Amino acid sequence: MLFVLILILSLIAQLFLPWWSVAVVCFALAFWKAHRGGQAFTAGFLGVGLTWLGAALFWQVVSDGILSARVAEMFTVESPWVLLAVTVMLGGLVGGVSAVSGFFVRRALV
Amino acid sequence: MKWLKAALATFLAVLVVYGLNRNYGTEVPALGPFLSPYEGFWLNSERNGDFTSEELTIEGLRQPVQIRFDSLRVPHIFAQNDHDLYLAQGYVTAKDRLWQMEFMTHAAAGRLSEIIGDQTLALDQYQRRMGMMKSAKESLQKFSSDPASKALLDAYAAGVNAYIKQLSPREYPLEYKLLKYAPEAWTPLKTALLLKRLAYDMTGFSDDLRMTNNLRKYGNSVMQDLFPDYPFREEPIIPVGTPQSFKPLPIPATPAEFVAGLASHTLERQKPENLGSNNWAVTGTRTANGYPLLASDPHLNLTLPSIWHAVQLHAPGVNVYGVIIPGAPGVGIGFNEHIAWGMTNVGSDVLDWYEVKFKDASRREYWHDNQWKPIKRVLEEIKIKGKASKIDTVLYTHHGPVAYLPNEEPYRKATTPIGHALRWTAHDTQNELMALHSVNRATNYHAFKKALTTWAAPAFNFVYADSQNIAIISNGLFPNKWKGQGQYLLDGSNPTHDWQGWIPMDHVPQVMNPARGFVSSANQSPVSPKDYPYYLGSSFAGYERGARINQRLSAMTKAVPDSFKLLQMDNFNVHAQNVLPTLLAQLDTKAFTSAQRQAYQALSTWKYQYVAEAVAPSVFEEWWQALSRNTWRDEFPVENFKVPARDRTVQMLLQEPNAQWFDNIETPQKETMQDVIQVSFTQAVDSLTKDYGTVNDQWQWGHHKNSSIGHMARLPGFGTKLFAGGSANSINALNGSHGPSWRMVVEMGPEVKAYGVYPGGQSGNPGSKFYDNLVEDWRLGKLHELLFLTFAEDRKEQTNVVWVMKGKK
Repeated sequence: MLFVLILILSLIAQLFLPWWSVAVVCFALAFWKAHRGGQAFTAGFLGVGLTWLGAALFWQVVSDGILSARVAEMFTVESPWVLLAVTVMLGGLVGGVSAVSGFFVRRALV
Repeated sequence: MKWLKAALATFLAVLVVYGLNRNYGTEVPALGPFLSPYEGFWLNSERNGDFTSEELTIEGLRQPVQIRFDSLRVPHIFAQNDHDLYLAQGYVTAKDRLWQMEFMTHAAAGRLSEIIGDQTLALDQYQRRMGMMKSAKESLQKFSSDPASKALLDAYAAGVNAYIKQLSPREYPLEYKLLKYAPEAWTPLKTALLLKRLAYDMTGFSDDLRMTNNLRKYGNSVMQDLFPDYPFREEPIIPVGTPQSFKPLPIPATPAEFVAGLASHTLERQKPENLGSNNWAVTGTRTANGYPLLASDPHLNLTLPSIWHAVQLHAPGVNVYGVIIPGAPGVGIGFNEHIAWGMTNVGSDVLDWYEVKFKDASRREYWHDNQWKPIKRVLEEIKIKGKASKIDTVLYTHHGPVAYLPNEEPYRKATTPIGHALRWTAHDTQNELMALHSVNRATNYHAFKKALTTWAAPAFNFVYADSQNIAIISNGLFPNKWKGQGQYLLDGSNPTHDWQGWIPMDHVPQVMNPARGFVSSANQSPVSPKDYPYYLGSSFAGYERGARINQRLSAMTKAVPDSFKLLQMDNFNVHAQNVLPTLLAQLDTKAFTSAQRQAYQALSTWKYQYVAEAVAPSVFEEWWQALSRNTWRDEFPVENFKVPARDRTVQMLLQEPNAQWFDNIETPQKETMQDVIQVSFTQAVDSLTKDYGTVNDQWQWGHHKNSSIGHMARLPGFGTKLFAGGSANSINALNGSHGPSWRMVVEMGPEVKAYGVYPGGQSGNPGSKFYDNLVEDWRLGKLHELLFLTFAEDRKEQTNVVWVMKGKK
C-alpha cells in the first residue's frame, strides 16, 4: 500500500515540482502509513526508483540512447546502461532514506 | 533513543538531498537534478518525430512569418519585412544554439567566472585587459548610431529573447543543466562581442617580442636574411603584374630607431603558421555551363556545436542563403540570386605592442612626443560565481590598453608582454553589421565593394562571383605603416612609431576578371611588393596551398561543381613535393634498421598525398618537425625566440646546403646539412616506433594525426573522433582539430545552384541526431545541394516541417 502510494504520488509530484519533491512525498507518506523502518525504506526505494527507472528507460529507448551514451562517456562509466542503473539507484536512495526518516519521526512523536 | 533515531534519519535524508542538489566545481554537476529523468539531461533527448510543424505566437512580430525546414533542418525564413526577418532569425538560431551563443559571448567578454567560478578568473581578466569588453561597447555605439543597423540588432535580440522567455528550466539546453545556471536576456552588446571574438581569433596574435629578441641576439643583417619581407617562393593572391589604378598616399618615413629600447619580458600569443582557409572562383569561359563557379572553405578550430548555422533569409529586397556564426544577424558566407562570396583571413600585421614609459609608480602619466600625457583608467567588474566580484583597473594610453603592468604576471606567461600598450584594429570601430547587411543584398560588384567599405576587422580576402564577373579583394582596415613597422616591439613614446593613418578602402589589394581566368586565396601574401606601394606585414601563410589551387584551376577548362568539390578534398602537399626528393637523396641507407627501411620505402613511392591510410605522411611530418627542430632549436629556442618560417628552411635545404645554421652549436663537432637530415630521420622513425611499435596500421596518417572535433567547453563525450586525411599544407587542411569548417560551392547563372557541408549539424543539442549528422558526409567530402527557394511554397515537398509565426495581438 505504502509503495503504491509513493509510486503514484511521487510520479505526479515530479511532473510539476523539483526533483527533491520526492523526498517530501516519501517522508509524508511513510510518516502516515509506514509500520517498520525496513518496510519504509523498501517502499521509498522501490517507489521512487521505479518512477525513475520507467522515465529513464523510456528516454533511453525512444532516443536510441544518443545522449545517455555521451553523458556516460562524460562520467567515464562504461555504458549508458550503467548510467541508467546509477540514475535509478540515486532516485531510490533519496526515496528510501526520506521514507525511513518519515517513519522514525512519527515513532518519536507518537 | 527514539528521538536520536529520528534525528539521525532525518539528518541523513537532508544530507543526501542537499548533497545531490549542489555541484562540485566544474567536474561534478548536481547529480540529483541532472540525473532526474523528470528534469535533468534525459529530457534533452530528441526523438524522431519530435520536430514538427507548429503555429507560434511571437511577441514583437509585425506580420506573419513562415519558416520552412528542409531535411537537413536548415530554416528557410520567409518574412514580409526586415524587422520580422531578423526577429525570426534570432528566434530560430536561439532554438538551435542558445547555449553556444551565450557561452561564446561570455568567453569574449571575460565573464566565464560568473558561470564557472574563480578557476577562469585569470582568463576573464586577460579578455578585459585586451580591451574586448570596452571595444565591444564602442562597436555597439557605432552600430547603434546607424538606425538601420540598430533596428537589425534590436529585432534579432527580440527574437532571441522571445525564445528564452518561453523556455522552462526543464527545457534548458543540457549545458545549462550541467553547470546549473540559467540563460540571461540577449542584448545587442553580445552580437558586438561575437565580432570582437572573430577579430581575436583571426588577428589576436603577434611575434613582435620574439622577433625583437632575435634582433637583439643576431642583428639586422641576419634578421633580413632569415626573416625576409617577402618569401622565397610565392604566388600572391593578386596576380603578379596586376596594375593599380589609384594614386597612393604617402608612406610614413621609417624612423632611424625602428624598435623599442628594451624588452625584458614574457611572450605573446605566437602567430600560428597553419591558420588558413581557401577560396576561389573561375570565370565562365572555363566552366561547363558558361557561368562563373565559386568555392569557399574557411578553416577554423572545429568544435561542436558547429561553428556555423545555415539559414536562408527571404524578405522584400533580399533572398540570401549561407552560414553565420550563431548570435549575429544575416548571412556571413553565402550567395543570393545574383552574387556569391566567401572569405579567407588576410593575416596582415594589425596588432602591435608599444613599450610604455610611466612617469612614476602611480602610473597616472606616460611619456609621449616629449611630454607627459594622462593615462585613462577603466574599471572592469568581473563577477565570480559564489564569491565577491573582482574590480580590475585597466590602464589606457592613446595606443590602447596596457595589458599587463611590469610587476604583474600575465595570464599564460608565455603569451603576453608586460609593460606594453596594445594597438589593434579590433579596437577601431566600423559598422561590420551594415557591411554584411548590404552584402546580403548586393546584386553586382559595385554594390558588393561599396558594402565592404564599412568592414574593418578582421580583414578578409573576399572572393566574389556574379553571372559575368569574378573578383577578389583583400578588404579591411589596414594601418598605413612604414615598411617593417610593428615587426618588432615599438617605442610608445616616439610619435613616428604611432600608426599614422589608414590605407584608403579603395586602395586595398583587389583584382577583377584577371587574364588567367580565375581568382584564389589561401592566406598567402595578398600582393607582391613590386605591384603594391603599402606595407601590409611580412608574415603570411606559406604559398603551398595557394600554389596547388592555382595549378589545378589553371588546368580546368570545363569546370562543374564536382570539380570544385574534389579540389576542396585535395590532399596533395606541395611542401612535401618540394623537399622530399632532396631529403631522401641525402640519406645514407646502408646502416638502416628494418623500420627505417620500411619508412624509407614508403616515402620513396609516395605521391605526396596525405590520405588517411598512408604511412608516408606520418613519417614525413615527424621527419620535417625533427629537422626543423634540429636546425633551429640551438640558435632560436622557442621559449624566447621566433623560429624562421618554413619557407626559409626550404630555401636553405635547396639552395644553401652549407648554411651555418645546420651546425648544432651545442656540440663540439660541426654538423652538416646531411647530418641533420640523417639524425632527424632516425629520430622520426624512433619516435613512431616508440609510440606504435614496429610498422603497422597505427602508423597510418589517419591514426597518427589523431584528428577530432571537441565540444566547445571541452566536455568529454560530447565531441567526435575522426579518421581522416589532409594536412595543414593541403587544400583539405584538416590538421588536428583545425580544418575546413564549411565547404561551399556555388554555380552562378540564371538559376544559382549551390552545394555545401559542414562538420556538425544544425542543432546544438548533443541529444539530437542533428548535432553531428553531417560529420561523416563532411569527412568523406560529400556535399549536399543547398535548397535555395525563390518563394515559400517553392519545392514544398522538400520542406516538410513548417512553422507559422504570428505576432501577439
